Amino acid sequence: MAGAGYISGLTTARAAGLVACERCGQVHQRQNEVCRRCGAQLHSRKPDSLQKVWAWWLAGVITFIPANIYPMLLTSTLVERSESTIIGGVFELIHYGSYGIAAIVFIASIVIPLLKFFIIAYLALSVHRHALLSQHRRHQLFVFVEFIGRWSMIDIFVVAVLAALVQLDTVAAINPGIAAINFALAVVFTMFSAQSFDPRLIWDENEAAADD
Amino acid sequence: MGPLEDLIACPHCDTLHNYSDVPEGAQAHCRKCGAVMLTQRAASVAIVLSLALSSFLLMIAAISFPFLGVEAGGLSNGTSLLGTVMAFSDDYALPLAIAVAAFIVFIPLTRLGALIVAVTPLVLDRTPRSLHKRAFGLAEQLRPWSMAEIFVVGVAVALVKITALVSVTYGLAFWALAGLVVLSFWQDTLICRYTVWRALDTSRD
Repeated sequence: MAGAGYISGLTTARAAGLVACERCGQVHQRQNEVCRRCGAQLHSRKPDSLQKVWAWWLAGVITFIPANIYPMLLTSTLVERSESTIIGGVFELIHYGSYGIAAIVFIASIVIPLLKFFIIAYLALSVHRHALLSQHRRHQLFVFVEFIGRWSMIDIFVVAVLAALVQLDTVAAINPGIAAINFALAVVFTMFSAQSFDPRLIWDENEAAADD
Repeated sequence: MGPLEDLIACPHCDTLHNYSDVPEGAQAHCRKCGAVMLTQRAASVAIVLSLALSSFLLMIAAISFPFLGVEAGGLSNGTSLLGTVMAFSDDYALPLAIAVAAFIVFIPLTRLGALIVAVTPLVLDRTPRSLHKRAFGLAEQLRPWSMAEIFVVGVAVALVKITALVSVTYGLAFWALAGLVVLSFWQDTLICRYTVWRALDTSRD
């Protein structure tokens, strides 16, 4: 029973000379390269995790800027043609008194993407530095970012539904603006960035401290 | 093959634990970081299979039937689910149309199909083969990109935006999609990734 002894003091698989499959959880000897159970590639830690995190993060930030500058919706009615950006759409909703919906759009399209950029950057920076927040807090932040990432896509779907439905000739027509593409890309890039982050890096400093 | 079978490592912090069966309806958390490692429900594979089958049929219905319609000033317009996607199809936005189609229709369908293939042998008590493992791997990989439930929230927001201007009619596809979202939330609480992989693993020897 080589394995049993490792458990009592809460050891990591890596410290025990083992590697756990990221996909199915099966534990292997360190030298194995492919998971015997599910066939996935085995990595003790995701290779080049932080490098990928930063690359996708930067791509996300770059695409998020035009997403907020250019119009998301092009509306034309009998009397006027107007273009609205993401934040412009929020103000419009407030103007019409739909405060709840304005809050949803504002949170999903502006607050959450910005929060994700800050949290991912903080998590990546704090791996090799002394961190202000405890490991548990940072782990919670990671779980939050991973969970919330996809929900930013709401605004893209709103635009899709509006543009498909409101095509009433001269009375009213809504079309998607160029910002929709930028925004969708920003969401996808940040999702990749969060997925590239290996949460085990947060906990690895314990091991390093134990080795000293 | 020996003690490695009895070990389970936390996917979030790599801490090793001894595997043990979890009481019905309970969850096992990592002792160090608190991440959920196992959830146990005896009948869950059969329920997951029936939920996946129903969701699959609902998605087919959502594609086939009329989705939403609007009317204002004597003019009307209706759209299907795929018509919604095609809103992005004029010139520069075509890649976005393809991505949205994938997020709300094709990825959810593929994921449900893969899930059905993966859990069928477990429910029928047949020996799982490598095909079933690959199917479950695919289903797991597609999970974050399957966005039907987010789309439904988007539809709700869009409708609130326009109900003041036009009158909206709801087609069968709308209700099919709403039902699908309820089923998929239920299904996600029932799947224990690790338990399914362990069950699929019996083929090995």
